[in-house]
Amino acid sequence: MTRPIVLRGGRVIDPSRDFDQTADVLIQDGRIAAVGVGLGAPDEAEVRDVRGGVVAPGLVDIHVHLREPGNEDVETIASGTRAAAAGGFTAVCAMPNTDPVTDNQAAVGFIVRQATLAGLTRVYPIGAISVGQKGEQLSEFGEMVGAGAVAVSDDGKPVVSSHLMRTALEYARTFDIPVADHCEEPTLASGGVMHEGLVAARLGLKGIPAAAEEIMVERDILLAQLTGAHVHLCHVSTRGSVDLIRRAKEQGIRVTAEVTPHHLALTDGACEGYDTHAKMNPPLREAADVAALRAALKEGVIDCVASDHAPHAYDAKEAAFDDAPFGIIGLETAFAVAYTELVESGLFTLPELIARMSTAPAKLLALAGGTLGPAAPADVVVLDVTARWKVDPTLFFSKSRNTPFAGRTLAGRAALTVVGGKVVHEAKARGAPAPAPSP
Amino acid sequence: MKSAVLGKDLLGLERLSPDQIRLVLDTAEPFKEVSERPIKKVPALRGKTIVNLFFEASTRTRISFEFAEKRLSADTVNVAATGSSVQKGETLVDTAKNLEAMRIDMVVIRHPSSGVAEFLGNRIRSNVINAGDGQHEHPTQGLLDLLTIRDKHGRIEGLKVCLVGDVLHSRVARSNIWGLLKLGAEVGVCGPDTLMPRGIEELGVCRFRRIEEAVEWADVLNVLRLQLERMEKGFIPSLREYYRVFGVTVERLERAPRRLTIMHPGPMNRGVEIDSRVADGSHSVILDQVTNGVAVRMAVLYLLAGGRPELAAAAKRASPPGPLSTSWRGGTTGAPE
Repeated sequence: MTRPIVLRGGRVIDPSRDFDQTADVLIQDGRIAAVGVGLGAPDEAEVRDVRGGVVAPGLVDIHVHLREPGNEDVETIASGTRAAAAGGFTAVCAMPNTDPVTDNQAAVGFIVRQATLAGLTRVYPIGAISVGQKGEQLSEFGEMVGAGAVAVSDDGKPVVSSHLMRTALEYARTFDIPVADHCEEPTLASGGVMHEGLVAARLGLKGIPAAAEEIMVERDILLAQLTGAHVHLCHVSTRGSVDLIRRAKEQGIRVTAEVTPHHLALTDGACEGYDTHAKMNPPLREAADVAALRAALKEGVIDCVASDHAPHAYDAKEAAFDDAPFGIIGLETAFAVAYTELVESGLFTLPELIARMSTAPAKLLALAGGTLGPAAPADVVVLDVTARWKVDPTLFFSKSRNTPFAGRTLAGRAALTVVGGKVVHEAKARGAPAPAPSP
Repeated sequence: MKSAVLGKDLLGLERLSPDQIRLVLDTAEPFKEVSERPIKKVPALRGKTIVNLFFEASTRTRISFEFAEKRLSADTVNVAATGSSVQKGETLVDTAKNLEAMRIDMVVIRHPSSGVAEFLGNRIRSNVINAGDGQHEHPTQGLLDLLTIRDKHGRIEGLKVCLVGDVLHSRVARSNIWGLLKLGAEVGVCGPDTLMPRGIEELGVCRFRRIEEAVEWADVLNVLRLQLERMEKGFIPSLREYYRVFGVTVERLERAPRRLTIMHPGPMNRGVEIDSRVADGSHSVILDQVTNGVAVRMAVLYLLAGGRPELAAAAKRASPPGPLSTSWRGGTTGAPE
């Protein structure tokens, strides 16, 4: 068993209990043993002075692409979870668009095993909705849940058939898991590479209209209403989607939604100069969309932040805008981008942000973490919100570098990440990597 | 090599100033005469190597560039995507690096993807000239259109120029819009909404949905080519109906309140976007556009190579004697001016 840890003198924020005060946190046997002022330390305990830091439940990212199996050149479960730990994440959900697709219990079990071997951030696999993500035949939800899957999704691709989406929602109810959808009406989005608007018109790039997302958001809401099942909408990007989700929630329909840090921070203007690091799907939208997404996240219309961490080879992005793949990495910048854009701007309080990056996503998928409550698993992050740092992708733990935030100065970073009572990341001065933990 | 007046690359008219555009047009004037001589050659780019890198089929633009280069005495190589290393899977970056390694002076690039000229320009030291990138810009076409309008009307400022047809997929349209707006023309666009980019009005252009309204409004119609595959992809129901609704016909022009100038960047689909009688008629300046294309491209090549605009008239001298020769030669070897 690892030694007990006392985190002494930090600002402890636990949104799950509306707790926000200076206190000590005692971690013992992999669990939160106590939170209080002036806690005594057990003899063998490692006492860490975290005064000036923020102690919070570890961040939870319910949408990442770890690329293993199939594309280990750009990320592995080990490198991806190392990046997650550096970003303050104690749990991530791995999307199933691997090669081969994570659409059966053996594939789910492989991810669980690789994550255990890596021994860093917890990894919860998300299984594919359809066999091979082909949108035809349902995958074996029951067996995948048995092997550790926490949701199903064909992310990267929309579920085109409304009938398949309906049956997926209905079938998922047996296992009490949400069906997560990448909302994109394919005939409207076809060939599009960025948001349809003035910037696309000027650059001569094919646009993806907001309606391509909103049509599917509304369809999924209607199907959730029809089936009574839980639909989760991935990476919502438009103000129209926000309105639809708000209305659905008001009607008591079981819909949840996530938003990425980049959709909260950037507009389609980032595509100027044909910067392929601003190419993602859904695309970056307009300023009014960004404002609506921020407000919706604060209100809880959008439940949580998720990075949609999508590693790609550096030379794949070194291409014509039309030819570059969609997606950017986000695990190591997610908190800082959100903190800089939302908290430093005065829009969010820090506890509100932590709720949206830890408590809410953990609750959404019923994962461990998201709380510092008594006997909760000791998934804890110490955040240094005074740190200002310049994003240098060459220092990333991720195997990929595809970020639009390179060179940006951001505020806030994880100083210490603890999973199950074990330190999995510790920020060193000058960004040196922490020693690799033993598996 | 960065030129004093145009910078390193010519990527589009959006980023040129009105003065830079006027300067190219003025510089083209003396070069027009070179093509009228029995010996169509001046030494302005002697010793320069230029690659014409065409990733997309083109006859007119490639030939026009090639004549411009040859009439300026540059050494040129044509690379077409078919049969080249590109087809064997070479990436754009590798292509760029290989060109750089061969120490060429300029690249003229045509590519089906928007932004590729800029991509290349950011990665090699040679001057890059955009000969059409996807649906983005075709700046030399825009310039030659401006020159043709100026020749015909004696001015650009205050004229009403309407682009007719498939603006959505047209790089020619974008270059025309920027160039015309910068030189003070009023710009209209006319066509079905299926062929218009969303947000186009925000660029400061008038929107016409009926060709009759455009004909009534405009001094100049620049009729865009309708790619035949647009029908297959469902942007219009049929070529027949397109011609009925949007075709620039003699009957429509006869109802115009003033005599219109008709332009077309080519290649034309006769009987689709334009009536043959219009294309071949007295309104048409379509072949003047082609002639001006060579002069404009000579001007662009000359200026990017460091040539001084006020010396263009001297540079065209076949055997340059006297004090001016050092100046232009100094310019073309890229010495800072």
